[in-house]
Amino acid sequence: MEIILNNNPDFVETTEKSITVEELLKIKKFSYKLLIVKVNDTLVTKENYPKISVCAGDNVQVIHLMTGG
Amino acid sequence: MLDYQKIKSILKNHTVGIAGAGGLGSNVAMSLTRVGIGKLIIVDFDVVTESNLNRQFYFKHQVGFKKVDALRANLLSINPDLILETHDTKLDASNILNYFQAVDVMVEAFDRAEMKQIIIEKFQIEKPEIPLVVGNGMAGWGNSNDMRVQQYETLYICGDGVSEVADNLPPIAPRVNICAAMEANVVLSILLNKVTNIKVKP
Repeated sequence: MEIILNNNPDFVETTEKSITVEELLKIKKFSYKLLIVKVNDTLVTKENYPKISVCAGDNVQVIHLMTGG
Repeated sequence: MLDYQKIKSILKNHTVGIAGAGGLGSNVAMSLTRVGIGKLIIVDFDVVTESNLNRQFYFKHQVGFKKVDALRANLLSINPDLILETHDTKLDASNILNYFQAVDVMVEAFDRAEMKQIIIEKFQIEKPEIPLVVGNGMAGWGNSNDMRVQQYETLYICGDGVSEVADNLPPIAPRVNICAAMEANVVLSILLNKVTNIKVKP
């Protein structure tokens, strides 16, 4: 499945037509604790990672947040 | 023509919220005060300590003072006409939106990543129309060119996106100030783009 991930075209290893945000983060090895995830410009909170789907062509942003400021 | 007098007159009519008065917050407040922002709303519960002085806009004689009080003195000595609302309060998910209802732009200036996540989620879900400017990744020294602004609709992230504070990567004035100045610069671009025909990138 092809998506846009952080502004770059990206290939996701899956045979499914859609996967959850949670599955996407696992496949792409985003293991950081504190993330901001947007799917098609809508923010997805952590409790919704298992519920929100990502399909081919979707625009996904994953931002790793870090301490400092 | 957008000369400085016109810029000042535009900024005088706007309010910016700043969550946190540490390395980012105190320096963003300083820049916005210098350029003539009308009103700032600043919230922080903390006290100035000696170790803050390597990056925060405070002075040696202010060690021990509440940050909101010390910052008030510093900002008003730059511009006595600044309208300044400060709160000596610890922000959390339950109260954060209460303090910043009437802002034109919101600036995130927390230290902890957990708080950055909270403010982004609260504002982007419940108040997505308010532009939110965040600092993310500013520890260490050098690598100036890695500091950049990335825009995600009404969310603007300033920093290098990788440099987390650690013992061997402390937050110190130059890079922290680059990030704070970026945040203030993004605020300016948002406000001036909104009001004028001269549109610039954040």
